[in-house]
Parts: sequence; structure tokens; C-alpha cells
Amino acid sequence: MLLEDMIKSNNNLVKESLEKANKYQEEYNSFVTIIDNANNDKDGMLKGIPYGIKDNFSTKGILSTASSNILKNYVPFFDATVYEKLNNAGAVCIGKTVLDELAMGGSGTTGHTGAVKNPWDKTRLIGGSSAGSASSVALGIVPFAIGSDTGDSVRKPAIYGGIVGYKPTYGLISRYGLFPFACSLDHVGIFTRSVKDVSIVLDTIKGYDEKDMTSLKVETPSFYENINSNVKGKKLFYIKELLDINNYKDDMDEELVSIFDNFKKSIELCKELGMEVSEVSIDKRLLEAVFPTYFAISCAEATSNNSNLTGIIFGPRGEGASIDEIMFDARTKGFSELIKRRFVLGSYILQKENQEKLFLNAGRIRRLIVDKFTELFKEYDALILPGSGSVAPTFKSEDIDKLSDRYLLLENHMAIGNFGGFPSISIPSGFVNNMPIGLSLTSGVLEDQKLLDIAYALEGKMEYKGQIAKGDN
Amino acid sequence: MEYEVTIGLEVHCEVSSATKMFSKGINGYNEIPNSNVNQVDLAFPGILPTVNEEALKKGIKMALALNCEVPDVLMFDRKNYYYPDLPKGFQITQSKKPIGTNGYINVYVGDKVKRIDIVDIHIEEDTASLDHYDTYSLINYNRAGVPLFETVTAPCMHSVDEAIAFLDALRKIFLYTGVSEARLDRGQMRCDVNVSIAPVGSNVLGTRVEIKNIPSFINVKGAIIAEIERQKEALKNGEEIYQETRRYDENDGKTYRMREKVDGVDYKYFTEPNIPPYRISNELIEEVRNTLPRLQFERIDEYVNKYEVSLVDAKSIVKEKSVADYYEEVIKLGVNPKIASNWMANTVLGYLNKEEKDINDIYLTPNMLAEIIEMVESNKISSKQGKDVFNKVLEENKEPKVIVDELGIKQIANEDELRVIVNEVLNENMNMVEQYKNGKNLFNFFVGQVMKKTSGQANPALANKIMKEEIDKRWK
Repeated sequence: MLLEDMIKSNNNLVKESLEKANKYQEEYNSFVTIIDNANNDKDGMLKGIPYGIKDNFSTKGILSTASSNILKNYVPFFDATVYEKLNNAGAVCIGKTVLDELAMGGSGTTGHTGAVKNPWDKTRLIGGSSAGSASSVALGIVPFAIGSDTGDSVRKPAIYGGIVGYKPTYGLISRYGLFPFACSLDHVGIFTRSVKDVSIVLDTIKGYDEKDMTSLKVETPSFYENINSNVKGKKLFYIKELLDINNYKDDMDEELVSIFDNFKKSIELCKELGMEVSEVSIDKRLLEAVFPTYFAISCAEATSNNSNLTGIIFGPRGEGASIDEIMFDARTKGFSELIKRRFVLGSYILQKENQEKLFLNAGRIRRLIVDKFTELFKEYDALILPGSGSVAPTFKSEDIDKLSDRYLLLENHMAIGNFGGFPSISIPSGFVNNMPIGLSLTSGVLEDQKLLDIAYALEGKMEYKGQIAKGDN
Repeated sequence: MEYEVTIGLEVHCEVSSATKMFSKGINGYNEIPNSNVNQVDLAFPGILPTVNEEALKKGIKMALALNCEVPDVLMFDRKNYYYPDLPKGFQITQSKKPIGTNGYINVYVGDKVKRIDIVDIHIEEDTASLDHYDTYSLINYNRAGVPLFETVTAPCMHSVDEAIAFLDALRKIFLYTGVSEARLDRGQMRCDVNVSIAPVGSNVLGTRVEIKNIPSFINVKGAIIAEIERQKEALKNGEEIYQETRRYDENDGKTYRMREKVDGVDYKYFTEPNIPPYRISNELIEEVRNTLPRLQFERIDEYVNKYEVSLVDAKSIVKEKSVADYYEEVIKLGVNPKIASNWMANTVLGYLNKEEKDINDIYLTPNMLAEIIEMVESNKISSKQGKDVFNKVLEENKEPKVIVDELGIKQIANEDELRVIVNEVLNENMNMVEQYKNGKNLFNFFVGQVMKKTSGQANPALANKIMKEEIDKRWK
């Protein structure tokens, strides 16, 4: 059932949701914590609607681990603004969902409570970092879930899970209470099974927050009430270099051919809706720079943002003869090797002798990319691209070549939305090898309504709205 | 060999404000330890900084007071390092765009004016305070996040006196502007001192040594003297001066090495992403400028050069803004500024110091003081009577006129009336007059007799004049 229908329903949705959550937990590992006695007396738009929230949001009195050992026993005493707003709207949080440790990662396999499995095929991952939020929506446990998106951490797992994943314009939703990964890139995001449902949740959690200076002081009309499938005359573009088969010579396989075919069909649907679709060429070097730029900025910010995790004020206290040793011990035991690797890189990138070359240059490239797309969004209403270069990988997949074009171009373009704070949405567009694939749509800053309209119209031309993975296959 | 000393200062001052620099936590460092802390101050996961506008305005105010340029955009940076007194693992400060740059202030060093160049003043947050014991340490997070302004001077001071004069002047600016209570006893002002020495006439500065975190001016003085002596001694013995950070031990008056290379720590500064660039409008700057009081140096300059007040008196009057304001009130009432300055510097400040009172807490208003001075100046009462009235007003909390009436004091300033009394005295003391004629100095005795006869009400100057005239008459 979609969120929109649930709002009109009288069933005990929370009870059903909790039953499903518990039923699927062992197999799919969506949750760090299932809140079995979940309830909420408040009346509002979302009264009685169950949902899940990523375990890197601060929830008063409820364990909030960020899927890391260093926070495995951490129970906050204050609420994230998003959580508070959902509570005030009557929604019922039934669980805290698993993520890649501290939201760093794209596989959903690095959380301290184990890997999250893809509801469409248990041998495959769902992607991350908002893995549990994606799987809980894909499994039909909850009609919506909250995630966070720093590079594509909501939109990518949405593609792999065959659901809708959205991140708004930077600043439209308060980040207060979201454990930071890379604050200049972090966005609160929403998972649902329809575009309209995104607009309902967005209406509930959007808005200026005096606790977050980067939240925007703009009044936006109700996205739900204004959503409109008449997109005739809207202008879309895709990037030539990303869809040029010649760029993937050695990497080309049937799967990618099918993904491209699906994309072409989607373009036809756009045209049927009366939209124009253009091919735009962008300097390939700029596109190849997206991932390294993202990595440099995010690691640098992350190493600073996570410097509060020392076990002195909260978290497991380390052992040692001096204060330095105590902090060192807590951090050594508290983080996995992958996280330490990112911190070391981030620290290296920020070092005085490297900062100009690595950190500040990354900032400059980010600016070039943002300027380029801001300019394009003046001419075009949205960017449309395939959501990924493959279906969800299996757990046994060999390490991907991170310097291949297929990886650099097709698997990382979503970070452009984070660089510029552009609103961006993933919607399902079909299946390849029985696994869901999808489309990525991105618009200019504060053009969230237009983006949702285009996604809503496209969704209406396809048959994947509301789809739920079987869960027991 | 003769050496020239060069000193630069970095002064941290805690700012008075209702809340902390980047949180809504109460700025109340001296209350029960760890009672004024919230999730932001303790850096719990998910918190975000919010800029305290009151403190921001105070930052602009100080920047203007130090004649600094104020940037058009407000930005903050992170200074990253691990220490338990720093909950976030970084301090939010300003490295790229301080709230004020390229300023200066003029200060009096003795009777000479010295210009001190200000490199910058920047806004940051204080750390928690740590108390170390033998086997454990205690942390008080009340101070974590308290607004802190750091003022950095150029290496432009060349003596201990100049350094102390600057510190004192800077402290006065904090007090005059109301930006800080600048209480040294509570460690609200702390100082890092950079000292180098070089042979006189050398155009290259010597190697800079930093002495960190000195809590009082007396210790700043001690530290500079000790460090100059140490460096001179080292050079005399052919040793090299290392660029390093030292600490000053007030117990033995010596400095000790803490770590090598002042710039050895890499704080990995980068722009704070959670505070978007904030435009500082000209309107805001002007709004703040309008709240800026006239500062100490400007007032001394006016008192001395316009009012011909002595530098010593001017300096005592401006020591506290409330006293200087009081003085200016008195002048506004039409009292001669020079005469008013004598009263202020001697009588009023003498009383306040003796009684350890604040000028705002005494009964005597500027109006009353002006009234007393007027009575003395117009010879209605003698200056000694003026002092008596002053004291009685403060003792009995009654207006000067009432005191004058109650004491029945008035002054005999009528020449004819006084001449009669003078002659009475001389007639009653004929043999003394004889002795006077024979060379015994009894003039003051005769005047004293006049004062006695008039119960002190004779105008002394006039009594003197008439006495002299009458004796001279008899002399002939």
C-alpha cells in the first residue's frame, strides 16, 4: 500500500509494519533497532503511519549507533529536527535502519550489525549507505523511510531496490541531529514507493530550522498539493559522454546494453509526455573528476566531523596512561579499518603541505562542475541519466575497477547533485536480469517541484509505482 | 653588546554575552562546574553551530575600536586538534577572514604616545577548563564554547613597558565598550607573548620565541624580562636561540621549553561548512559604530590638549569609563574643566579609592559636585569648606546646599568687614606686633587669629591681603 492510501486507511498499520519488520529482520537485516512498542499519540497528516529512520539520526531515548562500534551503546537525549517533525505529524517510527558505518560506503555491508541484503535477490547487496531504509521500503515493511545522501546514499540504493529515492535542494530539510559525514554534501533524503509519497513526506519535514544555519529561509507551497503530471514542453538533457558506448569498450556487457536500451525507452516515454530531450556534451575530464573530487572533500570533512568520537564525553571509554592514549584506544577499537582508511586519507588531504593541491583544488573542481550544471539548468528543466551502470552487485562480486570509465562516469554522476545542492530523484524504470534498474533525474536549486512533476509524469507512464520485492525469493 | 627587544602579543579575551558563541548554552563559566552545558557545547553527534549575533556585534565593535577593517563577508574556519578540552575535536575560529584586520591603537607609555599595530582580531570559541591533579584531571565544560576574541599585534613593541601599556589599554577598550569584563582574576584575559632580541641597529629580527598562556599582566612582565635575560645570556655564551614555545613559571621567574618550533603543529584549517557565508552590511557596521563610546586615548588627548588638564590627572580620570563620563557630565554643567579635573583626580578619586567605592554608587551626583565647585570658585565658601561640604554630602546623603545651611558656613568676603576684624586682632596683640617688627615671622599667627575670630569663615586669600596691608600701614 502506498503512503497516500495508508493516510486514508483505518488499519492498524503500525502493528502490521512491526510484524513484517520482525519477520524479515533475520534474512535482510534492515534494522539496528526495531521499536516493538512504537506508538505516537500526536495527531497530524501522518497519524499512525509507520516509518523507518536511518540510525545516524539522533532519536531521544532510542539507541542511535550510526552502525558503528564507537556508538554501539549511544542513546541520545535530543531529537533530530526531521524526527521531531515526523513525530509531530503523528508518524510512528518503528525502527532505526542499518547503514554503512558512519554513512561512509555504498554497499550496505559495513555496518556493525552486518550486511543488508537486497530484497529482490538475497545474494546481492542493496547498496548504501542508507541500506536498511532502502530495504525496509522495498520489502513493504514501511511506506517510507528517512535516509541521508552525501554522494548518492539514498538515490543509489533506491535504484538497486526498485523504489523511489529523493534528496531535495540543500537546505530545504534541516540537518540538525543528522550525524555528519561531510556537512557540505550531506542531505536528508526520502525513500518511498511513489513520487507523490515523496511529496507528502517532504511537506512534513521541509522548512527553515534555526538550529541549522544552512537551512533555507524560503517558503515553499505544498509539494503534494501542487504535484502535476502535465510536463509538456519541459526540456530535459542527458550527457553524451555518459551514454557513448565507445567510452566503455572493454567494460561493455549485456547488462550495460540492456540498461542503455531501457534508458532509450525512457527517453521515448519523455517525448510521449511532450518533453524535449537533448544530448549535451560535457568535457569528459570534468566528469571523470566527479568521484575523486567527491572523495577528497568527503574524506577531509569526515575526518574533522568525526573527531568528537573520542570516548571522553560519550561512547566507550578507551584505556591508557594518558589522555592521548585513552582517545587513541577508543578510536582504534571503535572504527573499522575502512573508516580509519578514510580518516587517514582525509587527514592527509587536509595537511598543510597537501591542502592546496588536494583539498582546495577539489573545491575548485567542485565549483567548476557546479557552475557548469547551474548554467545548464538555466536552459534545461532537468538532467536525466541511467541510475547506475549495473544492477545491484552480488556480495561475491570482485572489487570494481574504480578507475574504469564505467565506474567513474556511470556509477558516480549522482554526486553532482550533492556538489551543487541540486534536487535529485531516482525512480525505477524496469528490470535487467530480474533486478530493478532506474533513472536519475536532477534539477536546478529550488526547482524541487518541477523535478517531482517530471518524475511523477514519467512514473505514470511506467508500471513500477508501488512495487514491492517479494522478500521470500 | 646592546640588544633591541621586539615583542608581539596575542591576547585572548572572554566576551560577556547571554549565550555561548555557537550554541544557546548559557555563558556562565563561574557557576557550578558543568552546569552550563548542552549537547552543542559537548559536541554530541548531530549538533550544528549557530552564530551568536550579540557576540558577532561585539566582534565588530572591537574591530572598529581597534581601527580595523571589517570584512564584507563573515566566515569561520575549523582548527583541528584532539584534546579533551575541545569536545568537537576542532575549534571554530577565524583564520581566513578575521572580523577585523590591519588596525592600530595609540597608547601612552609614560608621557609618550606609541602606536601599536594590530594584525587582526578574530572571533572564536573557548575550550573547556582543565584542572590536573596527581592521578586524575577534572574538566569543566562551562567554558567550552564561551565567545573569545583574540587580538594579534604586530611585533612592534620594544620594551616591557610598551607591552604592559598596550595590554592595559586593550583591557580598557574591552571595558569601555562593554565587550568583556576583562577580569584578570578570573582568567578572562590570557596572553601569548612573542619575544626576540637582535643587536641594536640590525635590520633583521632575532629568532622568535613564544611564551604561551600567561594569565596576568604581572606575569607577562615577569615572562618578558625573564625571556630577554635568557636570550641575552644564551647569545653571550654563543648559543643559538631556537624557535620554540616556552612556558613561564611564576614561582622561580624563569621560562621553560614546552615544544620546539612554534609552527610545528598543523591544525589543518579549513572553512567551517555549517556556517554559510554571512554578509556584513554597511548598515550593520554603522549600527554598531553608533554604539561605540569615546575611548580612553581620545579622552586623554582632549583633556590634556583642549582643557589643559595635566597628563597625570587625565590618566587617572580615564582609568574607568564611569569616572570619565562623570567628569564630562560635570564639565557639561559649565564648570571649568581644569578646575573640575583637580577635584576629580584628587578629591573624588581620593574618596573612591579610600572607601573602595564605585562612582555610580555614591550619593554625590555630577550636579552636586558642580554646585560645590561653583560655591568655592565664587568665594561663597573657602576651598577647605568645599572639601568639608563634599565629605558631609557623602556622609549624610544630603544635598550640598542643605549641608552649607546646617553647618552655618558662609564666607566673609567683604573687605570692610574683614578689615575691622584684622585691626581688632592687631590691637589685641600689640606686643606680638612689636616682635614681628623685630623680625619674628608671626604673619601666619595673625591670619590664624582672624580665622579663629570668624570661626573659619573669613576668605583666607582676602584675609591675607588685608592683613598685609594693615601691618604695612603700622610699619610705617
